[in-house]
Amino acid sequence: MKKLMLGNEAIARGLYEAGVRVVSSYPGTPSTEITEFAAKYDKIYCEWAPNEKVAAEVAFGASLRGVRSACAMKHVGLNVAADPLFTLSYTGVNGGMVIFVADDPAMHSSQNEQDSRHYAIAAKVPMLEPSDAAEAKEFVREAYRISEEYDTPVIVRSCTRMAHSQCMVELCDREEHEPGAYEKKPQKYIMAPANAQKRHPFVEQRMNELKELAEVSALNRIEGSGSDMGIICSGTCYQYVKEVFGDSVPVLKLGIVNPLPENLIREFAGRVGKLYVIEELDGIVENHVRTLSIECVGKELFPPVGEFNQAVIRAAFGIPEPQSITPDTPVPVRPPVMCAGCPHRGMFYVLAKNKITVLGDIGCYTLGSAAPLNAIDSVLCMGASVSGLHGFNKAGGAENEHNSVCVIGDSTFIHSGVTGLIDIAYNNSNSTVIILDNSITGMTGHQQNPTTGYNIKGDPATAVNLEALCHAIGIRRVRVVDPYNLAECESAVKEELAADEASVIISRRPCVLLKNVKAKPPVKVNTDKCVGCKMCMRLGCPAISIKGSKAHIDFTQCVGCDVCTQLCRFDAIEKGER
Amino acid sequence: METKNVMIVGVGGQGSILASKLLGTLLTGEGYDVKVSEVHGMSQRGGSVVTYVRFGDKVYSPVVSEGEADFIVSFEKLEAARHSVCLRKGGKIIVNTQEIDPMPVITGAASYPSDILKELKAKGVYIDEIDALSLAEQAGSAKSVNIVLMGRLAKYFHIEKDKWIAAIEKCVKPQFVEMNKRAFELGYNA
Repeated sequence: MKKLMLGNEAIARGLYEAGVRVVSSYPGTPSTEITEFAAKYDKIYCEWAPNEKVAAEVAFGASLRGVRSACAMKHVGLNVAADPLFTLSYTGVNGGMVIFVADDPAMHSSQNEQDSRHYAIAAKVPMLEPSDAAEAKEFVREAYRISEEYDTPVIVRSCTRMAHSQCMVELCDREEHEPGAYEKKPQKYIMAPANAQKRHPFVEQRMNELKELAEVSALNRIEGSGSDMGIICSGTCYQYVKEVFGDSVPVLKLGIVNPLPENLIREFAGRVGKLYVIEELDGIVENHVRTLSIECVGKELFPPVGEFNQAVIRAAFGIPEPQSITPDTPVPVRPPVMCAGCPHRGMFYVLAKNKITVLGDIGCYTLGSAAPLNAIDSVLCMGASVSGLHGFNKAGGAENEHNSVCVIGDSTFIHSGVTGLIDIAYNNSNSTVIILDNSITGMTGHQQNPTTGYNIKGDPATAVNLEALCHAIGIRRVRVVDPYNLAECESAVKEELAADEASVIISRRPCVLLKNVKAKPPVKVNTDKCVGCKMCMRLGCPAISIKGSKAHIDFTQCVGCDVCTQLCRFDAIEKGER
Repeated sequence: METKNVMIVGVGGQGSILASKLLGTLLTGEGYDVKVSEVHGMSQRGGSVVTYVRFGDKVYSPVVSEGEADFIVSFEKLEAARHSVCLRKGGKIIVNTQEIDPMPVITGAASYPSDILKELKAKGVYIDEIDALSLAEQAGSAKSVNIVLMGRLAKYFHIEKDKWIAAIEKCVKPQFVEMNKRAFELGYNA
């Protein structure tokens, strides 16, 4: 049977068919749906872990016990999981273990566009890269075979256009892999120096064997022959190349991108005239080809930034673009915004109004940085707002302490903000931390997390009590506010900034997009009372605009949060009716 | 058959994913090779969103680039103009006439170019304007704008209406089938 499947859904299907039993992940676009779809199979234990390091270690533990396991993450998540990865390379596996990492060229939903292939090279583990959903499912099966045969974790790399594109996928049955009895193997699994020193040569030997595999694997193939040019490519770049050239140009399609098949590359280069290497992001294959003393064209023609498509390939080869028409009038950009009724907005309004320095973090609330609120000063990586604020205040002293805060979501706080808060308490900084608790992992599309009281299946689970956690860390001043109440938020922020010790303000209200959150009737503008002062426009609510000289509220977007009504000095915004 | 390209564009949260699911279901049922590319994550938060649907004998790239789209179905006026660069010569734009101000317009940094479709028409672009929001409300929910627009698109496709209806039945929850069928008919007959 064939089914139209998202790349991530096909990977989940591959996990099911490969007999995988344990999947632990932290959500991150564009990898999230792998674990969401895997959770639909009852034969796979799935969970959301607090972060990617924990997820990779859970997968390690399951592998140690002899079952096939997986973890999935976005590219920057692999930074967090890099610690276990590098030593997992030494221990190898018992049950097959695969790490799925999704890169985000063009940064559709990311803070950088790092190339995950560097990790496979640095950690000396094999990496596979499918080019569409149908291949992805097949590559998962092969990844587990390689993992067990070569005693290694395997990384499967995808990108946004693989993860979030659908194509027809052939479905197969599940192959069960029963774990044997657990056997203690200290030399293999205790990576203390004496053992690790013996494992490192194994890792080097394994890479040599994997190079031999890459030479003969069906995942690496030459298509077409005899031409004055040839192209080496992998992943979605292969699809763009085929879109432009069809079968007219020979292609070396790499399914295994680490280690590279050096003899196959030599053979291909010998068969074709000018050799091109087309790869998104860094010129990794290209540089390797050059180390083989083979001339090729790569990054001098194809950009190291952004996402490719057929137009990028055509432009590089000087192939004319199809005719197109554009309007002469400039089209205003439409950046993402916090939703109408977003509970983060009220707190950001208060912070902006009081001109407070705000160290931000990763999540929907990063959008508080946009105009008109312009409420955020920095965004680095998961958790960096809390530890960053501590450093900022230690450097700036009292001058900063009473005028700077950090904002971090509930899920991000658990991911890696809590360690920063421990630093604040332990090293005694007078910092004010605001946890924007919307009771869900929002930006990635509503995943449960350790604070929500539910697990990935939606079943009740132990919930971290944020207030108790902050108290236990040593923060004495912990208070909860409703971000729909501007006066309450403002007095809390002012009081905690004035206090001479560390505080945590939990700004708590569930994400307005959650199904169990009932919208109130939209509010409407009484145009007789509205004087067009635009005070309500300072919120940056997408439902509010100016029509003529008066405020106008779009009833299709407004959820009746009443934050704008608190700002109107003329009582011109009135409760509406359904 | 040479690959055909449809783009579904709009503002994050307007329901373009259901529209692409419907098209994907319909076209695979017709035996085509199909690729659909969506955007998840940050842009879904009220940003400009694009979904590509490509079908034919053999489809490689999951995305549509400049001058390639046979149809652009736009949930919003400005988004039709933004993506018109992807329309091929002789391609058609189907557009919901709703205007949703983007943040630069809301903050006053830019103005909404209300006459932009006229400008494109003057350049010879085929534009089919439809008040899909009103029709969706007539069908029973403002959220069915997506299916109203699919009804409109169906007029240009050589696939029987029954097959579209069957695809709707496969793609939406049972309690919303009747409402969406009404939305489809209203779009088809508008």
